[in-house]
Amino acid sequence: MTGPAPGRRPDETALAPTGTYVAVWAALLFFLGLTIVVAKVRLAPFGAAANLLIATIKAGLVLTVFMHLRSEGRFLKIMLGVALAALTLIIMLTFSDVLFRR
Amino acid sequence: MDETRTPILTGAAGREGVDELGKRTGMWFFLFTELLFFGGMFLLYSIYRYKFAADFHRAAADENLVLGSVNTAILLTSSLAMVLAVAAVRRGQIRRSLGFQRATISLGTVFLVIKGIEWGAKISRGIYPNGPTLLSLGQGQILFFGLYFTMTGLHALHVLIGITVIAFMIRFTKRGVIGPDRYARLENTGLYWHFVDIVWVYLFPLFYLIT
Repeated sequence: MTGPAPGRRPDETALAPTGTYVAVWAALLFFLGLTIVVAKVRLAPFGAAANLLIATIKAGLVLTVFMHLRSEGRFLKIMLGVALAALTLIIMLTFSDVLFRR
Repeated sequence: MDETRTPILTGAAGREGVDELGKRTGMWFFLFTELLFFGGMFLLYSIYRYKFAADFHRAAADENLVLGSVNTAILLTSSLAMVLAVAAVRRGQIRRSLGFQRATISLGTVFLVIKGIEWGAKISRGIYPNGPTLLSLGQGQILFFGLYFTMTGLHALHVLIGITVIAFMIRFTKRGVIGPDRYARLENTGLYWHFVDIVWVYLFPLFYLIT
């Protein structure tokens, strides 16, 4: 009744070993340190871009491992893609106005 | 009675009417709306930062990088505790899961306390919406702090809601409503908590790391 989970059913996400979760957490803290260093050395115009890139790597780690997106089917992945594409489109359309407004 | 009812869903592994993917899908769709909710504010932030670049940099100097970094580490760690709580329940380790759920709540609470200290420091110096010091600053700086209070405030509200929901999950886990075979509520709570973590991962560089 309360034994370890039997084999994973197809509608379930796949658990990772505890070590993997801890390793991802360590990686997240590493990237936190890295993003602070990047901000401090002032890579001039690239600082902000680098920090957003690092944030996206961190978000990707949380999504794939902590939120188990890695073992999700195509359906949820595509839907997430649609949501992200919608947000990207909104940002691009807005900036196509803001950047060229005089 | 059960024999006369035709199951609408045949569970993937023969568990009638149980569809774990369906339960998660609802949560993911809610998170997509949350993505666009916060996305709108991030868009506003980028526009004003583009228009008032110098003011944003000046205003960001007021942020406490140490407290911000510590808080980021705390929230990332709380995400680890959350995922370990979900994994433990699914592996049948109820006590261990309860411990990790409590750890998540504690870390979330510490996050809010530190956030409160940061807000308190600003408010005591007159930096709050319509505050005396704030109104004496440039337009871009006023916008920066407006966005700061709005975005970190709404994020903190999400953390508070997450803490409340986890408190309910602890009760469910104790009563056996959540267990190795029925853990969707806890897993969805985890998805919410991780999402809120991701939002902070973007808030941190945008408010604390502009030099």
